[in-house]
Amino acid sequence: MNSFHLILRYFSASLRSQLQYPGSAIMLGIGAFLTTIIDMLAAWALFDRFGQVQGWSLGHIAVFYGVVSTSFALTDFFTRGFDVFGGECVKTGAFDRILLRPRSPALQLVGYEFRLSRFGRLAQALLVLFVGAAVVGVAWSPDKALLLVWTIAGGVALFTGLLVLQASFAFWTTESLEVFNVLTYGGIQAAQFPLSLYAAWFRNFLIFVVPLGCVAYYPVLAILEQPDPLGAPDWWLPTAPAMGFLFLAASFLAWRAGIARYTSTGS
Amino acid sequence: MPQILVEDLAKTYRVAERDPGLLGAVKGLVHRRHRTVQALRDVSFSLEAGELLGFIGPNGAGKSTTIKILSGILKPDAGTVLVNGRVPFTDRIAHVSKIGVVFGQRTQLWWDLPVSEGFDLLADIYRVEPARYRANRDELVALLRLERVLDQPVRQLSLGQRMRAEIAAALLHEPDILFLDEPTIGLDAPSKLAVREVVRRLNRERGVTVLLTTHDMHDIEALAQRVIVIGHGQVLADSPFETLRANVLAERRLVVDFAHEAPEIVMAGVEVRRRQGQTLELAFDPARTPTPNLIAALAAAHEVVDIHVGEPAIEEVIARFYDLHGAGEA
Repeated sequence: MNSFHLILRYFSASLRSQLQYPGSAIMLGIGAFLTTIIDMLAAWALFDRFGQVQGWSLGHIAVFYGVVSTSFALTDFFTRGFDVFGGECVKTGAFDRILLRPRSPALQLVGYEFRLSRFGRLAQALLVLFVGAAVVGVAWSPDKALLLVWTIAGGVALFTGLLVLQASFAFWTTESLEVFNVLTYGGIQAAQFPLSLYAAWFRNFLIFVVPLGCVAYYPVLAILEQPDPLGAPDWWLPTAPAMGFLFLAASFLAWRAGIARYTSTGS
Repeated sequence: MPQILVEDLAKTYRVAERDPGLLGAVKGLVHRRHRTVQALRDVSFSLEAGELLGFIGPNGAGKSTTIKILSGILKPDAGTVLVNGRVPFTDRIAHVSKIGVVFGQRTQLWWDLPVSEGFDLLADIYRVEPARYRANRDELVALLRLERVLDQPVRQLSLGQRMRAEIAAALLHEPDILFLDEPTIGLDAPSKLAVREVVRRLNRERGVTVLLTTHDMHDIEALAQRVIVIGHGQVLADSPFETLRANVLAERRLVVDFAHEAPEIVMAGVEVRRRQGQTLELAFDPARTPTPNLIAALAAAHEVVDIHVGEPAIEEVIARFYDLHGAGEA
């Protein structure tokens, strides 16, 4: 059985475990839908007061937010294993069991749980994305649909990279570092506004350190058919999501170093 | 070449120490003090295919470290380890597909899934060919009497049922070597007997090599032909259990019921271990005081109702052995 089939088998097993408590999964899903709606209410309150900010309207914000939040919701389905890795695997020694199986540890962590309740967040994110796109009058074409898929794929790679990095640190700290939530949840908040609104240092952070801007701001400009007010070349806008994959690759270097440390220290 | 070869194994841990309390935690961030713990100093032994080896020692002696190194989870600092001709930690994936490991304290099944679905998933993880998997599963289910629990979620099983399911789970991929880390811990008497019976049959009938750690000396008595005692990270003894007993505590026990109040016994080389009403328990060395002579002397001097000859309990043998080597709890 190849790795892809095995992941599907893990997911179906995980879904069956969760469906033993269907009420819980449904309530968590609805809860996620409602709480993430609040994100948009905050932006709505802001734009209701000021109308536009540097030429950006609430509709634009909705598209930025929808793209990045969709990426995160998709990532959240299959990364729980990395999220809870420190507390539930390193600290308890459960990672030993993962090493005892003839499969890559990362694959087994992806199979750790498929979080059904994330449908709530995904539904909200897609709703905001497409309503926003309709309001600002995005003319969808096959090219743009493809660009959207590519953008979201880059975003999934980036958020996965953040979670892999968070898990890698747990090899040293044996705790899951909650501080990474600043980058994931905080990142969604930051990436919903156009980079041009931010100070230069923060912009650079979102481009070069944790490249959230590359999986939201730049490609969304291409979808909106707007040039970058900061002057990035047009070819860069649809290319930028590749940075998400670079970030993921770099995270796996840290992950490998962490595993090497674990097998030589046993904790 | 032996199936498991361990030579001059050494392993040191660096344990971070920190002062208690919030201040200690903050100080720990800035400057960490480390204490080194020598888990293994110089461990060597080898195991042929089909052997059943008991691995005993006080807590902290190095048993778990050795098992972790043998199963490829941990890298030693020095020494050679070869299992089936492979170095476990460099060839992890090939290595772990040929071994089975059961940790008594941890589950490898999925808590909310029925046992049978956990088995199916493990078969996929280990890439067991479907027809072979079905044959193995059916055989193990019959051997471990799991028919009644197959459809139950793991969380609903009793500890004894779960341990039997764990052992089956560790064997679905037909490993040649089985590591059992305290497989009877916390089990009730019938479950312990069932686990021992299964381990014995796997070893005899399927030729599975078994390496077992335990604190329950009855496991050792019931199963192991050979015992390795480990203490302070070193092999203190490696022999059949009877040899260990003869070397450590060669004494016999004689329990005598007298017709009247138990008398005072003053005889060279005989020691009173227990006195209770009309009963005495005597300890003696059969090499110095032959058993028939002792019995004859007792029967001649006193009115004796019953006599029972025994050996010291295995726990006593081991406790004495640890004492001799200063290997109490580390």
